[in-house]
Amino acid sequence: MSLGKAFKQLGIDLRLVGMIGALFVIWIVFDIFTGGRFLTPRNLFNLSVQTASVAVMATGMVFVIVTRHIDLSVGSMLGFVGMIMGVTQLHVLPGVFGEGSAAIWILTVIVGILFGALIGGFQGWIIGYLNVPAFIVTLGGLLVWRGAAWWVTSGQTIAPLDATFKRLGGGAGGSLGATWSWGLGIAATLAAIALIFNARKRRAHHGFPVKPLWAEATVAGIVAAGILGFVALMNAYPVPESAAKRILQARGEPVPDGPIDMAQGVAIPVVILLVVAVVMTVVARRTRFGRYVFATGGNPDAAELSGINIRWLTLKIFALMGALTGIAAVISSARLGSVGNDLGTLDELRVIAAAVIGGTALSGGIGTIHGAVIGALIMQSLQSGMAMVGVDAPLQSIVVGVVLVLAVVIDIIYRRRFGL
Amino acid sequence: MSAATRQGETPLVEMRDICISFGGVRAVDHVSVDLYPGEVVGLLGHNGAGKSTLIKILSGAYHADSGEILINGEKAEIRSPRDARRYNIETIYQTLALADNLDAASNLFLGREIVTPMGFVDDDAMEAETRKILKRLNPNFQKFHAPVKALSGGQRQSVAIARAVYFNARILIMDEPTAALGVRETQMVGELIEQLKSEGIGIFLISHDIHDVMNLCDRVTVMKNGQLVGTERVGEVTEDDILGMIILGKKPTPQTSV
Repeated sequence: MSLGKAFKQLGIDLRLVGMIGALFVIWIVFDIFTGGRFLTPRNLFNLSVQTASVAVMATGMVFVIVTRHIDLSVGSMLGFVGMIMGVTQLHVLPGVFGEGSAAIWILTVIVGILFGALIGGFQGWIIGYLNVPAFIVTLGGLLVWRGAAWWVTSGQTIAPLDATFKRLGGGAGGSLGATWSWGLGIAATLAAIALIFNARKRRAHHGFPVKPLWAEATVAGIVAAGILGFVALMNAYPVPESAAKRILQARGEPVPDGPIDMAQGVAIPVVILLVVAVVMTVVARRTRFGRYVFATGGNPDAAELSGINIRWLTLKIFALMGALTGIAAVISSARLGSVGNDLGTLDELRVIAAAVIGGTALSGGIGTIHGAVIGALIMQSLQSGMAMVGVDAPLQSIVVGVVLVLAVVIDIIYRRRFGL
Repeated sequence: MSAATRQGETPLVEMRDICISFGGVRAVDHVSVDLYPGEVVGLLGHNGAGKSTLIKILSGAYHADSGEILINGEKAEIRSPRDARRYNIETIYQTLALADNLDAASNLFLGREIVTPMGFVDDDAMEAETRKILKRLNPNFQKFHAPVKALSGGQRQSVAIARAVYFNARILIMDEPTAALGVRETQMVGELIEQLKSEGIGIFLISHDIHDVMNLCDRVTVMKNGQLVGTERVGEVTEDDILGMIILGKKPTPQTSV
């Protein structure tokens, strides 16, 4: 059996395999050039945390680009929403609930997501209902929200953020630890296997052709190995001694005299990213909204003639993008522990690049959530890898730019060859 | 069927005195047409005669500036494609109006997805229904998982027809349904029209092919420059009469017309 045929039987997208292959090549190359410092649990943990914010936004950018729009404002929006959340948790909520109340971080997160959705929805309204091109509206947004971020505090940086809120950024105490990570990993594995075999059962029930059992089992095996391998890797990174002591003290547990064996586990921002990615995948594939997003991207006229309200759909897509930008603002401000008014600068370009490297076509109709997440990971790997190797900053930009164009060229050739 | 038996019957569709302008150009100028159950009415005319525009008013894509539409004798408000679907008006567009990146089932159910009790789209149920109806319309159809972009012209046409037929259409609008088809597929469309007719469905057929029209239609309505030239029973006029209406915009002489 040829390799291509085997992949076909497995039902694995060749493009996905290509992207993961490219990612591994990048990792191995950097590992060689850094003398083995790149592929360590510590570095991969940091990489996962650094990727989370851009990847969360990239999942929303997939919908935006699939419907032939663009959103240039997400970086500035992230800064503005971050500022709003900073003021909310430092100057507004403590006065209401008292310092250190659990309500502070929860309400701050809600405020951030709602604000993001509101801003995004407003831009979506202008785009959908007033028919102004998204490029213009969000280019305006890029300037407006960056300026607005400055106005919130007249340019002052807001710090320090709420202690619990900061854990959402993956810093000290910002990961699940060994036990919870294994629990999450096992639950995710079981869920994935159940989904694969449930789908098979339903197809068989309808009398549709199904993949051979070995193919399903292989896919399930790969998924399980991927999830559990990731958890094992994250658990292999120990929490530094001093931080571990602080965490135990904060929990009110006894601090042993000897060395403390505490694993980081999966970082909380990564958990947030995984939840977002799963939800967005369900939205894309299993909801009417997602179906309409792709139909509109494929043929707007056909979508309209099918009775789809494209204006309202556009508003919702941009509101969703805004809400996800709110979540990304939570992650990136929590990671820094402070909010300056340059938070998120140039993120719009990273997010768009991630979505595009992940196979989202600017001509519309094509794109996947998992692709965008892998695209974000590839971008971040390149950036951190080059920084570790000590590549000059100008050369870093050149490499990232070349990779972006190259990825699209390969994608176009691939599509042409397979007639997609 | 003679005109006499239709006298007391209520038409399925009546479009009365329809006008629509685009930027000062009268695309449709005081045109009235009607359609009875189990009848095929051909709409003929040159490109730009206004027939597609007229029909898009019925399918909800455009909204008439003036005039009214009656469905089963009752005034109907058709402001969007969704409204038209509510009156069981289905349209097969010349462009087919398919989302190329989606598969056959997603296109067939676009805007009317089958959902699970949880509110998620039920792709398996939709695929099962699609397999059923396409088995009837085009037994050779196999590519259920490919985006429709990867299908042949005939297969794409089958999907568009299946979409119109599946949802119990009572009024069917076919805009150039055979333009992109081979001989065998054209014949298939002809048979389908006969079958739908026998089920009491009324069909507006827009076509350039005068043979198609003579074979399939009961009546023809001819338009020129946005205006109605006239409506004739196919059995009572010759091809030349119809060509005269299309090209010269003149009604057949009283000897041949009734």
